[in-house]
Amino acid sequence: MMEKQVILKTNHIAKYFYEPVKFKALNDVSFEVFESEFVAMIGKSGCGKSTLLYILSTMDTAYEGELFIAGQKITGQKQDTLAAIRNQNIGFVFQFHYLLPEFSCLKNVMIPALKLGKYSYEEIEEQSYQKLELLGIKDQALKPASKLSGGQQQRVAIARALINSPKIIMCDEPTGNLDSKNTGIVLETFQQLSKEFGQTIITVTHDNDFAAKSDRNIEMEDGEIIDHDKKI
Amino acid sequence: MRLNVDSDIALTHLLTRKKQTMIAALGVTVGIGIFIFMISLVVGFNRYSDEALFKAAPHLRIYKDDMLSQPLIPQSNSGYATVIVNPKITNVSNALINPEKIMADLIKQEDVVTVAPQVSVNLFYNNGTSQINGVASGVNILEANAMFNIQSTMLAGDVRNLVATPNGILIGVGIARKLNIQLHDNINITSSVGVVKVMKVEGIFKTSNSNIDLTKSYVNLAVSQQLLHQSSSFVTDILVNIKDPDKAPEFSKRLQRVTIYKVEDWQAANEQTMSSKKTRAVMFGAISLAILLVAAFGIYNIINMTIKEKLNDIAILKATGFSGKDVINIFIKETLIMGFIGTLFGLLLAAGLIKVVSGIYIGGDREYFPIGFELSIFIAGAIIGMLVTLGAGYIPALNAAKIDPIEIFRK
Repeated sequence: MMEKQVILKTNHIAKYFYEPVKFKALNDVSFEVFESEFVAMIGKSGCGKSTLLYILSTMDTAYEGELFIAGQKITGQKQDTLAAIRNQNIGFVFQFHYLLPEFSCLKNVMIPALKLGKYSYEEIEEQSYQKLELLGIKDQALKPASKLSGGQQQRVAIARALINSPKIIMCDEPTGNLDSKNTGIVLETFQQLSKEFGQTIITVTHDNDFAAKSDRNIEMEDGEIIDHDKKI
Repeated sequence: MRLNVDSDIALTHLLTRKKQTMIAALGVTVGIGIFIFMISLVVGFNRYSDEALFKAAPHLRIYKDDMLSQPLIPQSNSGYATVIVNPKITNVSNALINPEKIMADLIKQEDVVTVAPQVSVNLFYNNGTSQINGVASGVNILEANAMFNIQSTMLAGDVRNLVATPNGILIGVGIARKLNIQLHDNINITSSVGVVKVMKVEGIFKTSNSNIDLTKSYVNLAVSQQLLHQSSSFVTDILVNIKDPDKAPEFSKRLQRVTIYKVEDWQAANEQTMSSKKTRAVMFGAISLAILLVAAFGIYNIINMTIKEKLNDIAILKATGFSGKDVINIFIKETLIMGFIGTLFGLLLAAGLIKVVSGIYIGGDREYFPIGFELSIFIAGAIIGMLVTLGAGYIPALNAAKIDPIEIFRK
């Protein structure tokens, strides 16, 4: 790797919780993530990695310090602007699949793209089929999301995260409740995305085997980064 | 055409919860249906009571009011006032001076529809030994009919016959019954100044007021003048009908400024009717608003419940780039669809109720229940229905927009 492009950067981020008592969840977190990097954030429960991920995701705005995504300063932007940034630049995958249960898998994948409104309905439909095919669940496309197994739902969620070709994909324990076979599929997909499509992946995980296969591990403890490139 | 994504989501929410959607819409249906029905009842009844009123009273009446005695010689010294101890009413005659001129001026006014002179005569109706006292209105019968629609109250005979029969008389059904008089019989009348005349009954009418039926009669203007020993220019009242009866008070105020005679609008002459009209409007308005409010709470509840159940969905939508405005948009659209369905059926319900009630026989001169289809009430009902549902949906939608997705994901 020659000149690596910084895609995400934080400056001295600090975060407090006030309930039930004042508690410093993050302390002076500064780090950089590069384009097409597959980063795993590891650490014990309660070390603040999920809290950090929510700040990176632009959904949590109550913090100190600064956040930059693709050179743009995110800190201090209006909620509606942030929503538009999320829509276009960030894809999410959560631990509990979080699909919209009343909609078909296809529709679930399509909705963020329909919101973006860049392509026509037919084009979006076509792209959604492609993403589902990429994840090997094209045959389930028209089933209601609630009828699928956990592993399948998680793959639909990943397809949804990919639909707007975001620069960054953020995951919170994406394999948290998947069996080893499905975990393998998710891992392969992520590696493929970063290598072939140049997308950046930031994932929070407890799974050391999963983390070991990423490009870089950031280890956290008590709200601070203790190792920017931990070797497992 | 493809729906936009907000509408698509709203529609999917509604369609996957058909039962709740229908219940919420039903609330609006009942609310709007009853609201329109109630208001139609009030409007119908008010119109009916006005119609009944206008069969006996004009929109405006101009007459010479009683006056207290005034000093004959005005006090010239500004420091003193002339006082008449125990003043008396000084009217020599209640005749209007130069009524032809007044009527000619009135009819030139823009809003005036009909102007009719009238002479009221107190008299006795006699047949054999039985005697009833009453009041005869001396009128030009065609003008009076245009004003009061006397023809619609006729049981027997025709008002037009009075034109051809100078000594004809139209009597109330009560007089006819009490004196045992039938159509084309003769009736003996004696005026308050002692003039006796034999009249031919050309018509018998029945109003909704039995007291009027027992006292009132119509005769030709000339006959009434003769009964009072007066000339043909003698007129005691000028009756005026204008285009919009509701504007009578303003019109009477305007007229009062240019005449020395008393101008009385029908609202002032019928204060009791007016106050009961107002009472009715307030009462029915309050009841129907209460029903609407209950319907609104129904909508509010169901939208609120939907949002509580959809916290996860809202969090996901927000995470994938939907703004607070989009979330409000989605839930407002859901309410509007429910409100629209509800209102539509509400209009049908109201129409059905009105149709049924208007077929109820109530007797009297109206015969059927005084209620009718009023386009303006239906339009107002539809607008109110949509506004109420919009309000009921907006509050929970606003709360939904404020939901913090992180709080949902952390759980």
